[in-house]
Amino acid sequence: MADNGSKSTATESPHGVTRLDDENMLAMYRQMILCRTLDERIWMLNRQGKAAIVASAQGHEAAQIGSAWALRKGTDQFYIYYRDLATLLVLGMTPAEIMAGFLAKEGEPLSGARQFPTHGAYPEYGIINLSNVVATHVPQAVGAALAARMQGEDAVVITNFGDGASSMGEVHEAMNFASVHKLPVIFFCENNKYAISVPLAKQMAVESVASRAQGYGMPGFEVDGCDIVAVFEATSEAANRARRGEGPTLIEASVERYLPHTSDDDDTRYRPSEEIEEARKRDPVKILADQLRQIGALSEDLDQEIHQEARQIVDEATDEVDSAPYPGTEEFFKHVYAP
Amino acid sequence: MKIELPQVGESVTEGVIGKWLKQIGDRVEKFDPLVEVVTDKVNMEMPSPVSGTLSSIIAQEGETVPMGGLIAEIEVEGEEPASAVPAPIAAPQPQAVNRTGELLKDVAPVGPTGGVLNMETDTPVSSGRKRYSPAVLRLAGEHNVDLSHVNGSGMNGRITRKDVQQAIDQGVATTEPATAAPQTAPAPAVPGADEERIPLTPIRRLIAENMVKSATLIPQAWTTVEVDVSGLIQRRQAVRAEFQEREGINITYLPFVIKALAESLKENPLLNSSWGGDSIILKKRINIGVAMATSEGLMVPVIHNADTLSIAGLAKRVHDLTDRARRSQLRLEDVQGGTFTANNTGVLGSVESKPLVNYPQAAIMTTEAIVKRPVAINDAIAIRSMMNLCMSFDHRIMDGAEASGFINAVKARLEAIGPNTGIY
Amino acid sequence: MQRDERVFILGEDVGARGGVFLATDGFLEEFGEERVIDTPLAEASIAAVAIGAAIHGMRPIAEIEFADFIWPTINQIVGEAAKVRYGTNGQLHVPMVLRAPQGGGVRGALYHSQSVEAFFAHTPGLKVVNPATPYDAKGLLKSAIRDEDPVIFLEHKRTYRLVRGEVPDEEYTIPLSSADVKLEGEDLSVITYGLMVHHCLEAAQTLADEGVSVEVVDLRTLRPLDSETILESVRKTGKALIVHEDSKAGGIGGEVASIIGEEAFEYLDGPVTRLAGPEVPAMPFSPAMEAMYMLDADKIADAMRKLAAY
Repeated sequence: MADNGSKSTATESPHGVTRLDDENMLAMYRQMILCRTLDERIWMLNRQGKAAIVASAQGHEAAQIGSAWALRKGTDQFYIYYRDLATLLVLGMTPAEIMAGFLAKEGEPLSGARQFPTHGAYPEYGIINLSNVVATHVPQAVGAALAARMQGEDAVVITNFGDGASSMGEVHEAMNFASVHKLPVIFFCENNKYAISVPLAKQMAVESVASRAQGYGMPGFEVDGCDIVAVFEATSEAANRARRGEGPTLIEASVERYLPHTSDDDDTRYRPSEEIEEARKRDPVKILADQLRQIGALSEDLDQEIHQEARQIVDEATDEVDSAPYPGTEEFFKHVYAP
Repeated sequence: MKIELPQVGESVTEGVIGKWLKQIGDRVEKFDPLVEVVTDKVNMEMPSPVSGTLSSIIAQEGETVPMGGLIAEIEVEGEEPASAVPAPIAAPQPQAVNRTGELLKDVAPVGPTGGVLNMETDTPVSSGRKRYSPAVLRLAGEHNVDLSHVNGSGMNGRITRKDVQQAIDQGVATTEPATAAPQTAPAPAVPGADEERIPLTPIRRLIAENMVKSATLIPQAWTTVEVDVSGLIQRRQAVRAEFQEREGINITYLPFVIKALAESLKENPLLNSSWGGDSIILKKRINIGVAMATSEGLMVPVIHNADTLSIAGLAKRVHDLTDRARRSQLRLEDVQGGTFTANNTGVLGSVESKPLVNYPQAAIMTTEAIVKRPVAINDAIAIRSMMNLCMSFDHRIMDGAEASGFINAVKARLEAIGPNTGIY
Repeated sequence: MQRDERVFILGEDVGARGGVFLATDGFLEEFGEERVIDTPLAEASIAAVAIGAAIHGMRPIAEIEFADFIWPTINQIVGEAAKVRYGTNGQLHVPMVLRAPQGGGVRGALYHSQSVEAFFAHTPGLKVVNPATPYDAKGLLKSAIRDEDPVIFLEHKRTYRLVRGEVPDEEYTIPLSSADVKLEGEDLSVITYGLMVHHCLEAAQTLADEGVSVEVVDLRTLRPLDSETILESVRKTGKALIVHEDSKAGGIGGEVASIIGEEAFEYLDGPVTRLAGPEVPAMPFSPAMEAMYMLDADKIADAMRKLAAY
């Protein structure tokens, strides 16, 4: 899907750009390498007994970065879910802030270390990830869009969810409501073909999640979620539609899940290793690196430098957070009701 | 450095060692995959927590190891090898057992001395005795009304609050207070002509019960060491004014002692345990009770997770607890969950005491009065500030060797305090 | 809604129909489709959309047509709305109202008669209100709308028609968590709420004729409970009867009884007693069975007599 060149509102770089130039491509690549490095480190911290639970984003990075890049930080709202590590980074959270969530350390910004990692909110960046109950956030995103329209704002609300969540009744209710009221919502399904262990064929009888859009009277697009450019363009178009008052769009980004569902899962019980090997052939990192090399924007030296830089940032974050204290219990009874 | 099997996964308690990915003598970088581990939830490659050389493999392929169990040692540059003799193969360390948390069924509500609060009332209902409502008993007690003289207008002749009020208004049927309410305590010894009987306050009674429990249920042994606290005194003197200025509270010796205790308890988990009948229950958390004399009697408020606090943090906790104990504002949780008790008998001028273990803990330690004494240092006589530490311990749980190991560790820590000892 | 532009209504049939009980009659004409939103027939999304809008600065009033249809919202209300403030360390909150008509005695059978308060009152993070009189309903609803946290506002269907009372036109609010002593008495405290307040007052009148002075406490808010007023009354009378239409086990009455037992034990001159709905899943349709389920002034007066005589 090509950018149709419609006039979108002013952009707050680097997100919300209307066209990807070399600089943007490279910046996205940096974020992707940082995300992958951070993700790998967090997984190791789990295996060292320091991070109690981890859901990896490996294989989802292009979908998360490409979609967030097309939207505006601070204006648009992101109702995301537990696997959206890269979205947090792109919107401005630092690796140390994110890691503080995985290690449940003092100063954790999303929930004060009350919730599972990546959960809570960062209102300044429009990050909202409230619950572990799959799909509950999807109709809430519709409410956020309704509020934005009532308040006369041109904010777009994107809600990311997995293929597993797409089976939930609340997703149906949300899509129906948003479409009836033509609300500025982007339903963004990161389809990695597994709901923990249950494969797609046992989740749905239709070809794709996107095909359901027709039933709600909105457009549905399938994109290659490992191709960051394709994701960016699809999201830009959906955002433009939303701002023009044309209502919601459903995007289904086909992605891969390289690791088990979470650190508590053992995917060897249900997934052949050859399947994962095959999936690794379309690693979003590799695809973006190839695209950059083709346009002459990524030399071997630069690539190494980017990797080293990421490693250093993640090392520093690890040291900082590992040595930080756990929060005390002084605030345990706070924030049940308004003071 | 000793390498333990990390806690991985919710509600997982043990893992089976798979293939070792590094061999003895191999160079290992931090985060390098070290060994495969299979748990009932995941199969994983465990990354190394440090860089160094793999010096020994303790858990062999196929062995089941509890979370927290020792599996290998890695020699880290600049660090002394942990031990020359490899540890016995796969003998799970006592402190490794049940790291995933145990339901501490023995942690009942705790009374003011840290003992178990007996919530059951010992009022057997004697047949034939009339039952009165709480309101009737209270009113009758306040006005010394003998209920046997009051007519009941309630159901089945029951005496109601109104009936008692009426009796009071009519000014009849009063009697001595002690016989008005049903007597629940065992018949007291009749005081002699030259004696005076002081009724027990609830707290006194509880203290008495706990002391009896300690003395009768725990076979206790006793030990003492003397500690040179000259460095501690200087350090405290040096930071005192600044601490007062910055924190608004006085820093006493106690936080230094608790810090030393907490660190030593970590190394000597047997001291932080309870006798479990057919086992010893190690306590994962280090919660140090501090005995305090208050106007109501002996109280033992608890500093929870004392091992996670700095000396400054401990000073604040001690100050807060002392302050609230004095104002009778301790909450239930303030006196619950203690795993070890410290008692500063030195403030009473004592130089040696034999405390009773705070049941059901494993040991109690006192700090005695600091006195300047001539001592021989390098064959010369010097005047040093000396203090005795005295400890009673449950001899079922440990022997003299473990007890001495612990008390000497505390001593060493206190003697090591010097101008560079950090407060924060 | 006239005062605050952020306030809007959403639910089934709230627009042109004015609500099945005409609670929003005329609202559409005054405030327009933007602020009086007829939604698809999908309760979970009604609650969820309200949550999302509340997080982003609006003051939604979500209406569930009958409380019997509220169960699909439990996931959103108990699972989500109640936990947003806590789970974001106070960064976000959900100032919304979920209104629902409830209760029986209207030939509503199993699915138009249920009482749902106990399910919500169990949840920290929520507030639960159940007014008995028109005067209270107005003051409490205003407070609920202005409250910074999610409020479940339950109204007994029979009070819509059965109870008529003075409602001043001028602005007033009644603070949440304030019980109201609807009748003062000396011998016995009756603690109740909702429609039962009226039956209790009627029964108290009967007892007064028999020489027993009954105090009737209307809880009005079921979470947080106004323990002060409950305890003050029971300490005075020494006897407590708790009355509610909702079934007994695990109901509000158990909580009130525990508070009395814990805080006023020494003042009790009789057993704390509950008179509540029977242990059947819901209210049957046929008149005799419906009457057997419902409490009325006679049944309440019997319970009052028994406790007074204890």
